[in-house]
Amino acid sequence: MKKLANVGLGLLMTASMMAAAQAEEVKIGMITTLSGGGSHLGVDVRDGFMLAIEQAGRDDIEVLIQDDGNRPDLARSLANEFMQRDEVDILTGIIFSNLAMAVVPAAVRQGTFYLSPNAGPSDLAGRMCHENYFNVAYQNDNLHGAMGAYMREQGFEKPIILAPNYPAGTDALAGFKHLYEGEVADEIYTQMGQTDYAAEIAQIRSSDADSLFFFLPGGMGISFMKQWQNSGVDLPVFGAAFSFDEIIIKAVGSAAIGAMNTSLWAYDLDNEANHAFVEAFRGTYGRTPTLYAAQGYDTANLILSALEKAHPDDQDTFREALREADFDSVRGEFRFGPNQHPIQDIYVREVVEGDDGEPTNRLVGIAIEDIQDVYHTQCEM
Amino acid sequence: MTLFIEQLINGLQLGTMLFLMASGLTLIFGVMGLINLAHGSFYMVGAYATALVSAATGSFLIGLAAGIAAAAAVGALVELIVIRRLYHRPHLDQVLATFALILIFSEGTRWLFGSSPLWLNAPAALSGSIALPGGSRYPIYRLVIIAVGIMVAVGMYWLISRTRLGMRIRAGESDREMIGALGVNIARLYTLVFAMGAALAGLAGAMVGALQSVQVGMGEPVLILAFVVIVIGGIGSIKGALYGAILVGVVDTLGRVFLPLFFRQFMTSSEAAGVGSALAAMLIYILMALILAFKPKGLFAAND
Repeated sequence: MKKLANVGLGLLMTASMMAAAQAEEVKIGMITTLSGGGSHLGVDVRDGFMLAIEQAGRDDIEVLIQDDGNRPDLARSLANEFMQRDEVDILTGIIFSNLAMAVVPAAVRQGTFYLSPNAGPSDLAGRMCHENYFNVAYQNDNLHGAMGAYMREQGFEKPIILAPNYPAGTDALAGFKHLYEGEVADEIYTQMGQTDYAAEIAQIRSSDADSLFFFLPGGMGISFMKQWQNSGVDLPVFGAAFSFDEIIIKAVGSAAIGAMNTSLWAYDLDNEANHAFVEAFRGTYGRTPTLYAAQGYDTANLILSALEKAHPDDQDTFREALREADFDSVRGEFRFGPNQHPIQDIYVREVVEGDDGEPTNRLVGIAIEDIQDVYHTQCEM
Repeated sequence: MTLFIEQLINGLQLGTMLFLMASGLTLIFGVMGLINLAHGSFYMVGAYATALVSAATGSFLIGLAAGIAAAAAVGALVELIVIRRLYHRPHLDQVLATFALILIFSEGTRWLFGSSPLWLNAPAALSGSIALPGGSRYPIYRLVIIAVGIMVAVGMYWLISRTRLGMRIRAGESDREMIGALGVNIARLYTLVFAMGAALAGLAGAMVGALQSVQVGMGEPVLILAFVVIVIGGIGSIKGALYGAILVGVVDTLGRVFLPLFFRQFMTSSEAAGVGSALAAMLIYILMALILAFKPKGLFAAND
């Protein structure tokens, strides 16, 4: 028994010595959705993130990647594993808001940094904000609100709005209405995962709306757009980039052409960092990046910029370095608001037929400048 | 009123599509006593094969034929390799084994074709819409789906009641051991029925794939509805599957549209939309519970 205890003690000592030897190394744990519905989002966040890490060429950064399968319980246990066994300094990667809510609050309370490359639920921007939580992508309302503002400005008077009946769906319509500020013709809630929209399209047809705004992420949007095209309803279509990323519009085909969508980034955005990013991404992965790839890339570059100044063990300095956001964002100007969520321009893109005959997004202009989420007033940091 | 008629047609279209799924499912259960959770995978196989072959040949019809053939072939193969060993096992084993098949098919498809949805569109001749009486318009392709569904229903009726194969299927439903003793090759009959059910699922997947998105896991939501249909219609009954499918299609569609409108009379429009759509999501399950309360074996129970 005593012998066993000695062996145990010896192992412990070795382990702590090893930990000391590696103190300068930075460990980043990435939990993202690589299988199941919505996996192309996670794949692009990962690829964008890793592209930036490889470009930096630093061998003292270790990125551990795990697939959460779009399951909150799995994401949570992966986070615990990363924090307790691997002792990561920074967590990142989560795509979906419900998974973020399951992981982020506990993680940041335990002193780990979390940088969100996609999900931006309102609670984390408002009453549950935390000094160790940074959102590098957007607050969930941003793109919808920006489209509301844009449609108002374009003179649409009676949009009909549609989203699935779940928290992000109701938030999307609320965000839209907040900045649209006018009367909507009607609002329609569909079921989560619904694939047939004949009933809703008939309802839109019989309404007196002058335009359509919808939020249907993933496969739902593909189904909707294809059925919309064949329905003979002739209203201009607006949405957020989540239904019009480069991968989705290829699956929708010609039905997507003409749709306008808001995004925090576009691949034809004219700035130097973006040219370099799009070219490198195409070269490495052989496809055009989506906004998720851009968000992953920016997240990694933000981390790299802060690592230049401090190691995450020096929490206060590292946090200050993150807040400065001293990196070349692919979306142009980038800064954080007081709740550590971005204050940024949101762009409008139109889906057009590309040179290869396939639909692609083309930058049209700015929908709204320096948008900031409304929840920052509830954040006490 | 035009809205109501249009929604009724929508309900009919959803119903005929569900019938294609449910008829195969109920046939397999009726003849072989097998609960097949992997039926949604044949739906997916049909859609994928159609998308791939259509893209390669440029013809939706060739794609459709390939989709049906692929689903039937995969169905026959699955029956020979896996399902055959399950007939004498309890239902729990069948559920577990066919659930494993779902996982294998889903991950296999993802491994082969990736997780991004594939592109499949209806042929140009069928895209667009035609005028309905009353000034509204309706997509041609959806009318074609209804027509195909009716043709399949008539064909199934003819097959079951007028042909020798149908006679054997009916005999198989009544007494498995006896038709074996009478010299009918049961093993071959089972493979045939299973492949037929799979082909119908493949047809549904291919037709609907052009309307929705062709992606991994597309079959499972439909499978759940198809199970509701066969439980309502009476397990094992083709006639029950037809009536059940149309009932579920119409109730689901009308509920989705008119419940929010109904609640709007005494709520604000955004509350009504939320409450109405939440209740609409439950409507077919409420319907199922009600029907089972009065007719525990479903509307047209087989072997009664």
